[in-house]
Amino acid sequence: MSVDTKTRNREMIEAVLSVYPEKSAKKRAKHLNVHEAGNADCGVKSNIKSLPGVMTIRGCAYAGSKGVVWGPIKDMIHISHGPVGCGHYSWASRRNYFIGVTGVNAFGTMQFTSDFQEKDIVFGGDKKLDKLMDEIEALFPLNQGISVQSECPIGLIGDDIEAVSKKKAKQIGKTIVPVRCEGFRGVSQSLGHHIANDAVRDYVLEGAAAKTVEFKSTPYDVALIGDYNIGGDAWSSRILLEEMGLRVIAQWSGDGTLKEMEATPKAKLNLIHCYRSMNYISRYMEEKHGIPWHEYNFFGPTKIAASLRAIAAHFDEHIKEGAERVIAKYQPLADAVIAKYKARLEGKTVMLYVGGLRPRHVIGAYEDLGMEIVGTGYEFGHNDDYQRTTGYVKDSTLIYDDATAYELEKFVAQMKPDLVGSGIKEKYVFQKMGIPFRQMHSWDYSGPYHGYDGFAIFARDMDMAISSPVWGKTIAPWKK
Amino acid sequence: MGALRQIAFYGKGGIGKSTTSQNTLAALAEMGQKILIVGCDPKADSTRLILHAKAQDTVLSLAAEAGSVEDLEIEDVMKFGYRNIKCAESGGPEPGVGCAGRGVITAINFLEENGAYDDMDYVSYDVLGDVVCGGFAMPIRENKAQEIYIVMSGEMMAMYAANNISKGILKYANAGGVRLGGLICNERQTDKELELAEALAKKLNTKLIHFVPRDNIVQHAELRRMTVLEYAPESKQAEEYRQLAQKIHANAGKGTIPTPITMDELEDLLLEFGIMQAVDESIVGKAAAVA
Repeated sequence: MSVDTKTRNREMIEAVLSVYPEKSAKKRAKHLNVHEAGNADCGVKSNIKSLPGVMTIRGCAYAGSKGVVWGPIKDMIHISHGPVGCGHYSWASRRNYFIGVTGVNAFGTMQFTSDFQEKDIVFGGDKKLDKLMDEIEALFPLNQGISVQSECPIGLIGDDIEAVSKKKAKQIGKTIVPVRCEGFRGVSQSLGHHIANDAVRDYVLEGAAAKTVEFKSTPYDVALIGDYNIGGDAWSSRILLEEMGLRVIAQWSGDGTLKEMEATPKAKLNLIHCYRSMNYISRYMEEKHGIPWHEYNFFGPTKIAASLRAIAAHFDEHIKEGAERVIAKYQPLADAVIAKYKARLEGKTVMLYVGGLRPRHVIGAYEDLGMEIVGTGYEFGHNDDYQRTTGYVKDSTLIYDDATAYELEKFVAQMKPDLVGSGIKEKYVFQKMGIPFRQMHSWDYSGPYHGYDGFAIFARDMDMAISSPVWGKTIAPWKK
Repeated sequence: MGALRQIAFYGKGGIGKSTTSQNTLAALAEMGQKILIVGCDPKADSTRLILHAKAQDTVLSLAAEAGSVEDLEIEDVMKFGYRNIKCAESGGPEPGVGCAGRGVITAINFLEENGAYDDMDYVSYDVLGDVVCGGFAMPIRENKAQEIYIVMSGEMMAMYAANNISKGILKYANAGGVRLGGLICNERQTDKELELAEALAKKLNTKLIHFVPRDNIVQHAELRRMTVLEYAPESKQAEEYRQLAQKIHANAGKGTIPTPITMDELEDLLLEFGIMQAVDESIVGKAAAVA
C-alpha cells in the first residue's frame, strides 16, 4: 500500500472522530490507527470500557463463559442461573458441533435455566438451584457434571452458588462448577473467558475427579485448545494432527467432554487456536504441569503448512516426517482450490471485524486466494492480540479496536472493500450498502473453515459472496 | 377528607423508629385520622405495637407461598389494629440471603396497585436502619412519601445517619418532590442533647419537630406489645406523642429540601458542643506503644 493509502486512512479516522463530542473523540482516537510496519503492536489501546452512547458490538462476561468456553462441553449440563432471558438468547450454542445423543449423553443444544422470578430475587435462589440440580440428575442421569453460569442478579443478591455446588457435588458424586461470570463484570466477554478458565482450573484440573484419571500416555499426546468446533472446525483440524502421527487426547471445548479436560495435564503439548479465550488455562498448565503450548493457525494452506511444521518441531523425526507427508498429501487439494477461485478473487479487498483470533488468523487464508486485507480489528482483544497481529497485517492497514457501528459504517462506505467479514449485527447494514458480506463468527451457517478441508469451503463461500450476480442488480432501474 | 398524606420514618438502626412512629400514628388515629402503616423492614416488626403481635403474613412471604405477588389479594396482607389502623408488612428474606431492597419495591408497588391507599388520610412508611440501597429509598422516590421524619438522638452515629438520610432525600428532592419534615429526637440523655439536635436541624435546613423525653413507660408498653397511647393514655409520655402527632399534622406541605453537611462539618458541630475533643492528628492510626 502506498503513502497515499496511509494519508487517506488517517484522514478517514480524523473525519470519523470529528463528529464525536470532544471527550469521546479523545478516547476513541486511541482505538483507531493506521498500522506502521515494524512497530511492536498496532498502535491502539484495547480492553477498555466502551463509551456510553455508542453502539458497541461487544458481549458480556456471561456470554464469554457460557457461550464460548463452557457451553460446548457436551456431556455437562450448563445452567443459565438467573432470569430466563440470558439463557433463552444463548440457547442452541454457537453451532459447536458435537457427536452424541442430545438429551441422553450430550446436551450442547439444550437450554437449562433456573428461570428466576421476583421471589427468587427477594428470597435468594440457592434453594431453587439445589432443586434444579436434583431434577437434572433425575431427568438426565448420563450427564457427567454441571456448571452454574451466573447471570447478573446472582452477583447482586449475593447468592452462595459455591456452597450449593459443593453440597450437591458431594451428594450427587459428580463435578459441579460454580462460575462467577455475572454479565456486569469487566468490559466485554473477554473477562468471561478468563473467569471461565479459572473455574476450569479450580474445579476441573484441580478437582477431585481429575486426581483419579486413569490414563495411558504416549509420547505423541497433544490437546486441541481453543477450538470450539464451529461448523466442525475441530474435526477438520484433528484429522491433520492424527495423520501426522499425533494423538489428540482432548478437544477444548468444541465436541469436548469433561473426562478429556481432566486428562489434559497428561498432554505433551497444548495446541492453542483461540489464544484470547484459552491462553489463561494453557499458561496455567505450563506453570503447574510443565506442558508447553503453541499457538497455531489452521486457516489457509500457507499457514497450515507453517503450523504443522512448527508443531512437528516439538516432536521427533517420526512426527516431522508425518507433517511433511500430510502437507504433501493435501497441498494438491489446496492448489486445486486456489486454481479454481483465485482468478475471480485476485486483488479483491477485505475488511474484517471479529473477535478472538480471527482478525489476524484468517488473513493468510484470504491471501492464499490473492485477496488483500485493508482493515481489521478486534471486538474484545488485548494488547497481546495486537502484538500478534503485526505478523499478519501490512503497512498502512486500518486498525479499529472495539469499533462502533458508526465508525465501521463510515470506514466501509469510504474504503469500499469487495468483502466485509464480521458478525450478524453488521451483516445487513453492509449488504444493504451493496457490499458482499460473510459472517466470520458463525461462518454464515457454513464451515468448517479450519484445515485443508475447511479451506475449500472457505474459498467457495468467499467466492459465492463476492461473485454473486445479485450485486449487479442493486442499482435502481431509473438510476442506470 | 383531605388529600392523602404520605410520610416516612427513617433513622439509624435501634434508634426507636418503630416505637416512635407507632406511638405517633396511634395519636394521629386518636385525632380521627385513617391510617395505613407500611412496614418496610424484613424483620416485619413495624406494626407490632399496633397489632399486639408480630405480623406473620407479610406481602413477600405470602407471595412466595402463592408463587408470585400477582397471585395475592389485598385482603390477604391487610391487618387491622388499634383504632382500626391498617397495617401491612413487606417482609423479606432471612438475613444474608436474597435482596430485601427489591422486596420493599415489590411490596410497595403491590399495595399501591391494589388500592391499599384508597380512603386513607395517612400512609406511613417505616424503613429499616439506613438507606443501604435503592430498594430502601423506594418510599422517598417516585412521589411516594412527601415528608420524611428522621428519628435521631444526641449520639454521634445517630446524627451521622440522619445526615446520610438527608443526602438520600436531597437526591430525590428535585425530581420527586420529597421533603424533609423534620428531626425527631428520641432522648438518650447524652450531653446537651436538645441543643445539639437543634443545631443539627438548623445545619440540615430543617427543624427539630419534637424532643421526645426518655420514659420507662415506653418499655412497659412495649413488653405488652402496645403503644403508650393504648397502655397508659393518661400518662405524660402519651401526651408527648400527641404533641408530636399534632405537630406532624400541622406540618403538611412545610417540609424543606435538606442541606446535608460533610463529615468534617459534623465533627466540628460535636467539637463546638464539647461532645468530642479535638483530635491530635499525630496519634491517628497509631497503635498503642508496647510498655
